[in-house]
Amino acid sequence: MITVGQSKHRRWALTAGHGVGLAIFIIFAIFPLFWLVKISLTPNNLLYSEGITLWPSSITWDNYKFALLGSRFPRFFFNSVIVSLTSAGVVTLIAAAGGYAFSRFRFRGKVPIMFVMLLTQMVPLVMLIAPIFKLMVPLGLTNNLLGLIIVYTAFNVPFATFLMQSFFDGIPKELEEAAMIDGCTRLTALRRIVFPLTLPGMGATLGFVFTAAWSELLFALMLINSDDKMTFPVGLLTFVTKFSVDFGQMMAAGVLALIPACMFFAFIQRYLIQGLTAGAIKG
Amino acid sequence: MAGVTVRDVYKAYGSVRVLHGVSIDMEDGEFLVLVGPSGCGKSTLLRMIAGLEEINSGDILIGDRLVNDVAPKDRDIAMVFQSYALYPHMSVATNMGFSLELRRKAREMITNTVAQAAGTLGLSELLARFPRELSGGQRQRVAMGRAIVREPKVFLFDEPLSNLDAKLRVQMRTEIKALHQEMGSTAVYVTHDQVEAMTMADRIVVMNEGIIQQIGQPLEVYDTPSNLFVAGFIGSPGMNFLEGEARRNSDSAWVEMADGTLLPAPPTSAEDSQPVVYGVRPEALVIDEAAESGLMATVEVTEPTGLSTLVFSRLADVSTCAFTMDRLQLQRGQPVGLVPDVARVHLFDKATGKRL
Ligand SMILES: Nc1ncnc2c1ncn2[C@@H]1O[C@H](COP(=O)(O)OP(=O)(O)OP(=O)(O)O)[C@@H](O)[C@H]1O
Ligand SMILES: [Mg+2]
Repeated sequence: MITVGQSKHRRWALTAGHGVGLAIFIIFAIFPLFWLVKISLTPNNLLYSEGITLWPSSITWDNYKFALLGSRFPRFFFNSVIVSLTSAGVVTLIAAAGGYAFSRFRFRGKVPIMFVMLLTQMVPLVMLIAPIFKLMVPLGLTNNLLGLIIVYTAFNVPFATFLMQSFFDGIPKELEEAAMIDGCTRLTALRRIVFPLTLPGMGATLGFVFTAAWSELLFALMLINSDDKMTFPVGLLTFVTKFSVDFGQMMAAGVLALIPACMFFAFIQRYLIQGLTAGAIKG
Repeated sequence: MAGVTVRDVYKAYGSVRVLHGVSIDMEDGEFLVLVGPSGCGKSTLLRMIAGLEEINSGDILIGDRLVNDVAPKDRDIAMVFQSYALYPHMSVATNMGFSLELRRKAREMITNTVAQAAGTLGLSELLARFPRELSGGQRQRVAMGRAIVREPKVFLFDEPLSNLDAKLRVQMRTEIKALHQEMGSTAVYVTHDQVEAMTMADRIVVMNEGIIQQIGQPLEVYDTPSNLFVAGFIGSPGMNFLEGEARRNSDSAWVEMADGTLLPAPPTSAEDSQPVVYGVRPEALVIDEAAESGLMATVEVTEPTGLSTLVFSRLADVSTCAFTMDRLQLQRGQPVGLVPDVARVHLFDKATGKRL
């Protein structure tokens, strides 16, 4: 009897501990976001006068109004969307093609190519800034969104290719073979069978590259110098002037910048969680 | 309709040589079963017939047409994979109709053909489901359905039943055989289950290490195995092998074992004192409970199954299995006599393994 009681007790304690642990983790992860939102809503005059409070005594939308209407933020935002979407799209296409080849074909030089791709991931980015700048200047790619797209694409392709390869590896070869016997060429089998099944992988790759490009600061800072070419991470820095930091407006811009990333993940998450290949082979 | 001809086909993966000159002539409408131990190249041969694997040298013909360089889709074949390989993002109906859809058949015709095939296979209720919502047996049927809607010239099966439980396997075995008889297409069926091989095949092809050991009708292969490998591989429980030297005089023959035991043998071409292997199937050994006749052996284990009893005994220090339908009361250590039915004894050359 006692043991049963104890074990019940124990189980309850375990569940509670589990919950508390999760709660702590969530608070830890969410708090910076909360602070971002809080400051973006705090009127300027209360920011320093109220001290540290969890919620300001009054809120204002002025910072948002300024970020959207009074600053160059919409321009930065738009530039970021262009650069991130294009990079993500191009990288995903290249990575899908490369990943498929690595997964399905045997060809000469496969291992060396994979090795070199891995090697590129080991070089710290900071070391590459000067050489890349040197390369880009004569090509007219500095202060140019295309330049950024090229750099982001180049940096993300290797990892994305490995990512896509693992997704292709997860699709049984027999599915393609069955399709080829059913009447597909390799290309139709790719389009009708493999492509629909790799959508989750493409979604993941797209999301991964998009967020990486969206928040990239180092190269954007280096390669862009005019206001109308800035992406938003660089643009955020324009809220820092010689004399002051306009925290409210900066935070409002930051919150706005989170929106596309959130939308993006809300959109692809359904592909990410679905095990699309379930049921393909014996159960 | 068409037969399949495999002519002197070789295959290697890099330096790993898998098939060493395989030739098979399949007649139109024949049900051919490929058996052999794991890794002997059965799937490789099947995949070469399907066009999924390149041929290093040799020819494959479907009907009169050389298909060495013909793409799988143009060979007019259908294949059922061991893993079923159903398209997970398509419903059962779409899975089954996919090949017709690719051939741009009219929608109505596809629906009708699929419905008919589904009826035959008992899948009518499941057409709207997805593969992940089916049981293993149902998936297997969908894979079959996908193969039959197109009425191909040749069916290829790669161990299609090995993922099913024993009962379902027996049932599907009969159904596949019935389907084949109805459709009349040529079929190549890979299995390592020899009951499947014996019961389904018009002819069996026994392979080992990339070489065909014997081709023949099931009972022919069972009754006159052409070498030691086939003799040991076909039949369960397996054939007993006893080693010795051939002895003969004008009207009878024996095999003399190392300890002097004399085994009565049929007349063969064996030379006197040629080293041979004496093969006798368990059912060709009659048990003399009283141990008054035959070869003297000591009982080790008996395995009654209800229908029959397997008696394992030690004969001249070799473990020997005998099969009987009688309910014998035998104790461990008890002496028994084993009387071989000489007409059903096989002699093999010890050096080459060939039947004598
Ligand atoms: N892609 C490959 N690369 C290298 N070796 C291979 C490849 N595919 C098969 N093999 C080798 O070829 C041999 C024959 O393989 P295969 O799949 O035909 O055997 P199997 O008779 O079908 O066996 P099982 O009964 O286990 O299915 C094996 O030794 C295997 O290791
Ligand atoms: Mg196999």
